[in-house]
Amino acid sequence: MQPFSSHTAVAAPLLRDDINTDQIAPVMHGRDLKEDYKVTLFYRARRRDDGSEDPDFILNKPQFRDAGILVTGNNFGAGSSRESAVWAMVANNIRVIVAKSFADIYRENCLQNGVLPIVLTAQEADDLTARVVAANGAAPFTVDLVSQRISGPGGAEMPFDIAAADRIRLLEGLDDIGLTLKHMNEIASWEQRIAAAQPWLQTAKDSR
Amino acid sequence: MPRTLFDKIWDLHLVGQRADGRDLLYIDRHVLHELHAHHGFAYLQKQQRKVHRPDLTFAVQDHTVATKPGRDDDTNPTGAAFIKAMREGTRRNGIRLFDVGDPEQGISHVVAPEVGIVLPGATHAVPDSHASTVGGLGALAFGCGTTEMTHVLATQVMALKRPKRMRARLDGRLGAHVSSKDVALRLIAELGVAGARGYAVEYGGSAILAMPIEQRMTLCNLNIEMGGRSGFVAPDDATFAWLAGRPYAPQGAMWDRALEHWRTLITDDDAAFDREVVLDCHALEPQITWGTDPSQVVGISGRVPEPATLDASRRPAAESAFAYMGLQPGTALLGLPVNRVFIGSCTNSRLPDLEVAAAVVRGRRVAAGVAAMVVPGSSTVKREAEAAGLDRVFRDAGFFWGESGCSMCAGGNGDRGAPGERIVSTTNRNFENRQGPKTRTHLASPATAAASAIAGRIADVRQVLAGAA
Ligand code: SF4
Repeated sequence: MQPFSSHTAVAAPLLRDDINTDQIAPVMHGRDLKEDYKVTLFYRARRRDDGSEDPDFILNKPQFRDAGILVTGNNFGAGSSRESAVWAMVANNIRVIVAKSFADIYRENCLQNGVLPIVLTAQEADDLTARVVAANGAAPFTVDLVSQRISGPGGAEMPFDIAAADRIRLLEGLDDIGLTLKHMNEIASWEQRIAAAQPWLQTAKDSR
Repeated sequence: MPRTLFDKIWDLHLVGQRADGRDLLYIDRHVLHELHAHHGFAYLQKQQRKVHRPDLTFAVQDHTVATKPGRDDDTNPTGAAFIKAMREGTRRNGIRLFDVGDPEQGISHVVAPEVGIVLPGATHAVPDSHASTVGGLGALAFGCGTTEMTHVLATQVMALKRPKRMRARLDGRLGAHVSSKDVALRLIAELGVAGARGYAVEYGGSAILAMPIEQRMTLCNLNIEMGGRSGFVAPDDATFAWLAGRPYAPQGAMWDRALEHWRTLITDDDAAFDREVVLDCHALEPQITWGTDPSQVVGISGRVPEPATLDASRRPAAESAFAYMGLQPGTALLGLPVNRVFIGSCTNSRLPDLEVAAAVVRGRRVAAGVAAMVVPGSSTVKREAEAAGLDRVFRDAGFFWGESGCSMCAGGNGDRGAPGERIVSTTNRNFENRQGPKTRTHLASPATAAASAIAGRIADVRQVLAGAA
């Protein structure tokens, strides 16, 4: 996984609550196993009914085309568990999402892919949103995970909280599976213990 | 110290703690589907790793399979690559696949309980957010992302933060033609789409005790629509009776031993929950969504809400839903013309769901101009329904009767509505464009969906059956 220490980019405001994974990464038709996640991101929202680009959609506006930070409302990433809704962010170099809250699985999927999910209080989020709207893409914001600060036009540096373990994982780009593989001995001894205590859990055979 | 059932299951499955503080939770059963499986297999192959427990891992073709009678891999051209990649990956890794054409193929959340892969007190993972459907049998299930799925393939554990505990007590007797779908929709309306976020939810109360297992599964299926990753019902005699004799469940002496343990799977008196909610169900009428998220719900006799009556935080979403759904505040739901009806999905496609719908449809005709479709949740459900003659009831009434799969739930197999169509659907998400671009989905129970197909407009099943609609 790509480590994350600091990210400087234009920030775009997505001023809605409950933006769901069907919106972020709609199930694509005519797809194959190698989906182009750059195109997937907000596929429908980016387009008008006739398929042409919708100039009103925020990420289609010239000043936000290269946005690398999203600032949004409550419950971002609700809906399905599809990880393409995070891969689509990575493919577009969006490495930070600031929200009032995230859906659980979406937040996990961010951490798995080197995307920093920042949760701010409603007040802080509103302040940052006001600054992002005022900046209107003219100057970038910087999100620094080492110092846990957001800086940019229109105000002072803003501290943010993140669980220490999540921070380390992003900073070091730790591979989640690699972390767990260090515990294979414990896993094996759990299996042994349960095979004796509750053997039905350790076997799943067709009895026919 | 008194413990909740959630804590009992969690503690038993706790393998250890990782350096980053996450609990490693053993996963007893892992079920894959073709939309995500190929990513995991490709990763393992690249890293030259094996699936740690192929014998506890299962795979089902569901999201992209066609529903057309006589289907094969290529009937839905966009599904073929996924179907074949999963077949190849499961063969290479020695995983039991419920393939296209297998007599037990179906939607993973329907198949796994049906064949006895799911057990009370067991942990369960599926790379799909509706994993906790199987909580209806007292299993603790987690929907997961693709990387998490691969993690389980490689290690058979998930690295999780322990959620908080919520108890949802559902009291009272459900009225005639009111089901757990209606209860779940009302609960989501009350708690909101993020109301259970961060919690594992234990459902209890007299309404639950009276519910057949399939209805408990419907309830647990919709848990994610209020943001909860895991939701379950403590197992009881009804659960054990339902499970007994299923092929992958323990048999003989092992069954007796398991049963003895399963009877201890209850929350202790005085165990503490972080949050408790109570819903009185006794006067509940059938429920239906009017908007574009599953919390935008009214009783069937209700009206699209006036923004002023809504909590300020819910107003912006409501405003955009009015426009998308083509509805004005104050409009009655009853009587809205319907173009399409879908009965199916992991929410409502089990045999009792189809029986309820068939009872409404029997001897009646789908209204002119309505495209109505029933897709059984599994090939087993389909066979059983056919043995009971339900397929004839539906076909005679003018329904399409399909092969099992996810179908129009998310349209991943090409079954979709046309732009602007109003659809009454027994599925779980009414998000914009979910059932096809610009489609307008109203979520409801199988009874309400069947009644609406007959009436050609959104209907109250009680009136349709009374001959009054
Ligand atoms: S029926 Fe729908 S919600 Fe259920 S697994 Fe299939 S696509 Fe997902």
